Amino acid sequence: MTETAAGAPTAASSAMRDPNTDQLVERIVEASRRAGPVTFMEVCGTHTVALFRSGVRSLLPESVRLISGPGCPVCVTSQGYIDAACELASRAGVTICTYGDMLRVPGRSGSLEQQRACGAEVVVVYSARDAVRFAERHADRKVVFLAVGFETTAPGTAAAVVEAQEKGLENVFFLCGHKLVVPAMMTLLSHGDVPLDGFLCPGHVSVITGARAYEPIVKTYRKPCVVAGFEPEQLLLGICHLTEQVAEGRAELENVYGVAVSDGGNATARRWLEEVFRPAAAIWRAMGTIGESGLELAGPYRRFDALDRFELSIGPDYDPPGCRCGDVIQGKAEPEECVHFGVGCTPAEPIGPCMVSSEGTCAAWHRYGRGGVPGGRHSGEVSDGASSATAAGGSMGS
Amino acid sequence: MRSSPHKTDGERIVIAHGGGGELTQRLIAERFLPKLGNPLLNPLTDSAVLPVEAGRVALTTDAFVVQPLEFPGGDIGRLAVCGTVNDLAVMGAVPEALTLALVIEEGLCTDLLDRIVDSIARAAGEAGVVIAAGDTKVVERQRGDGLTITTAGIGRMREDVRLGMDRISPGDAVMVSGRIAEHGLAVMSAREGLAFETELRSDVAPLSGLVGSLFEAGAEVKFLRDPTRGGLAGVLADLAEQTGLSVEVEERAIPISAAGRHAAELLGLDPLTVANEGKVVCVADGSEVEGILKILHGHPLGRHAACVGRMLASQPALVELVTTTGGRRIVPRPYGEELPRIC
Amino acid sequence: MCLAVPGKIIAVGKPEAERVTGRLGVVDFQGSRLEVGLAFVPEARTGDWVLVHAGFALQVLDEDEARETWRYLEEIKAGDVLAGIPGDGSAETP
Repeated sequence: MTETAAGAPTAASSAMRDPNTDQLVERIVEASRRAGPVTFMEVCGTHTVALFRSGVRSLLPESVRLISGPGCPVCVTSQGYIDAACELASRAGVTICTYGDMLRVPGRSGSLEQQRACGAEVVVVYSARDAVRFAERHADRKVVFLAVGFETTAPGTAAAVVEAQEKGLENVFFLCGHKLVVPAMMTLLSHGDVPLDGFLCPGHVSVITGARAYEPIVKTYRKPCVVAGFEPEQLLLGICHLTEQVAEGRAELENVYGVAVSDGGNATARRWLEEVFRPAAAIWRAMGTIGESGLELAGPYRRFDALDRFELSIGPDYDPPGCRCGDVIQGKAEPEECVHFGVGCTPAEPIGPCMVSSEGTCAAWHRYGRGGVPGGRHSGEVSDGASSATAAGGSMGS
Repeated sequence: MRSSPHKTDGERIVIAHGGGGELTQRLIAERFLPKLGNPLLNPLTDSAVLPVEAGRVALTTDAFVVQPLEFPGGDIGRLAVCGTVNDLAVMGAVPEALTLALVIEEGLCTDLLDRIVDSIARAAGEAGVVIAAGDTKVVERQRGDGLTITTAGIGRMREDVRLGMDRISPGDAVMVSGRIAEHGLAVMSAREGLAFETELRSDVAPLSGLVGSLFEAGAEVKFLRDPTRGGLAGVLADLAEQTGLSVEVEERAIPISAAGRHAAELLGLDPLTVANEGKVVCVADGSEVEGILKILHGHPLGRHAACVGRMLASQPALVELVTTTGGRRIVPRPYGEELPRIC
Repeated sequence: MCLAVPGKIIAVGKPEAERVTGRLGVVDFQGSRLEVGLAFVPEARTGDWVLVHAGFALQVLDEDEARETWRYLEEIKAGDVLAGIPGDGSAETP
């Protein structure tokens, strides 16, 4: 590719660019000169993917490094949960309803996709309500909905549970795997083994929680936190504010996604959560059990709990052999540092969820980045033999 | 609008319709021949016999298993004809005749079958092809998905046209004949479980006329492919893999309707990976672009044709997208099942 | 984890159904329509823009701000952004 400097796009494309984008990139470059090398964690799988897909990653200077955190709800789901889902899928009369994200994650005996190929009924749905409606239409099936996702998605599950209650349904159940973002961020920081200069905070989780949810992080750990959305300009604006904060020695909570995020968030949605769920300890892949970081059904809604109904428990977490997903989601390793990346572990044949999940860090790097180039940036040069072979073979063949 | 195997009124296909006996004969005589009949098919011999001229023949085969059978903008019948015709057209062949093997599930409503046969007849007429031979089998309920169709298609190669990946060189332009992602999104909207209405219609159409207009005008086209399964991304991946060259595509140049863009956003799909059934990707020398686009724009199926990128010598051979921000990212080969996501 | 998309409410469901299903509405996304749960935006009315995730509206949006933030809403209003060809919005198939 004809490029002048690391990350600089070609002359042909500059005519098409948004002047705002150019200005923001310049501000980031300028601030990073003052700030020195910085590392920011983006705590949202959707951010991980958006940063790649929009090409924003390729526009950042080398000194601004982005690492991914525990923000892909599928990746942070423990192996035990996945195995429970597969166990339920194999039971006669059970239909699993799930978001597409979960379909290909490998469990102990294969993925839900593979279960489906062996005769299990696994239906991909767009909304938790779809699972309830499926249960209504198929009274002969026991429907289990895989309730994963963060605060953005949990209120939808709550509404679906209440709908099931109001309709008096007896054949729908929820395998609860919802998780809360801030406790995980706090746990990560308390371990202290990943040097970080700030957080790009998840825009849509924040719609529910409010920007204030990140105050404890700023107060306790003095890390800049900027809430940003997912459009390209939002990504640049968020990174720009983070870099400028570091350059100016500030550690503040900022919100550049005011169109959707308020300080206090969506109180109505949170009331629905309080009505249906209670906070509980949850097992996060590789991070162990984090107190009050998950949601379980409470009160009259317990009767919809799939673990209770089917007398299952979530087994202990484990890493698939050789898998470093746990390190990747904690920001301790970049995907390319895993020996399996692109070699034994590709989107078509994944070892762990980070490679197969649509928001998995490894999948994003593999799909959209040029394997072998740090941070997915494009240096315009031919990479060294080994990594370019990986890149060409991996991305084209998978 | 799926076939509804539990309706209790109306006629249905039964196993005997596929048994080769009287019911089969009546099915053919009453439901197929009146609409699809032509000199090749009418004798109902074991094979159709076609005259062969000097030159080469293109032969293709395809299987169609789309669900639901009817979707906004088309149905499995139209898809079967157009899909087969298009595979011939993009090779530089003039499509002439198709075979049609139907595997019908016991219980399929004959009304639905009639609509599909009507659609096949219409599509064949549009494409200027005949159904030369057919076969009908019926399988037990639950073994058939309503209806599946397998085709073969034959066409005469235009001898003045030479297409192939081997003709592609660095600097060549990559064009697409119109708005992407409509077929896949339209079909998805009709699937149970999505409750998602859209004004999007499948773009399923025979491309022989559009492609023919390029050849007849003497345009120097190097390569054609229709971006069906895997979408535009699939064809771009093919190009990089098989030419050993890189492909650079400008996101802003890719034609897509507002409805298409938004529906894809809504479902979390990358429009580049969504199937098209009435589009063609065309590679030609940069100097030919203006002329080719002019011809395409003059045809009803090519009104939104655009040049979206170019072939480059850079290595490794990858497909790279210049995004709307001016950044870059790789366009990977799609996995093969694109699913609605929350994330 | 948070694919959410802006759209405009074009219809709101019958109040009597609300108790069972929560308030429902139909949201238009430039030509695609989805039934969306409105339980979390009780103040939303027909004509409002909302942010939709996994079948539920999470927040009411100011339309102008939404168009500013989601640039593609502006870009493809006419039905064809990209090739510089005037979009007439009509379907291509005969």
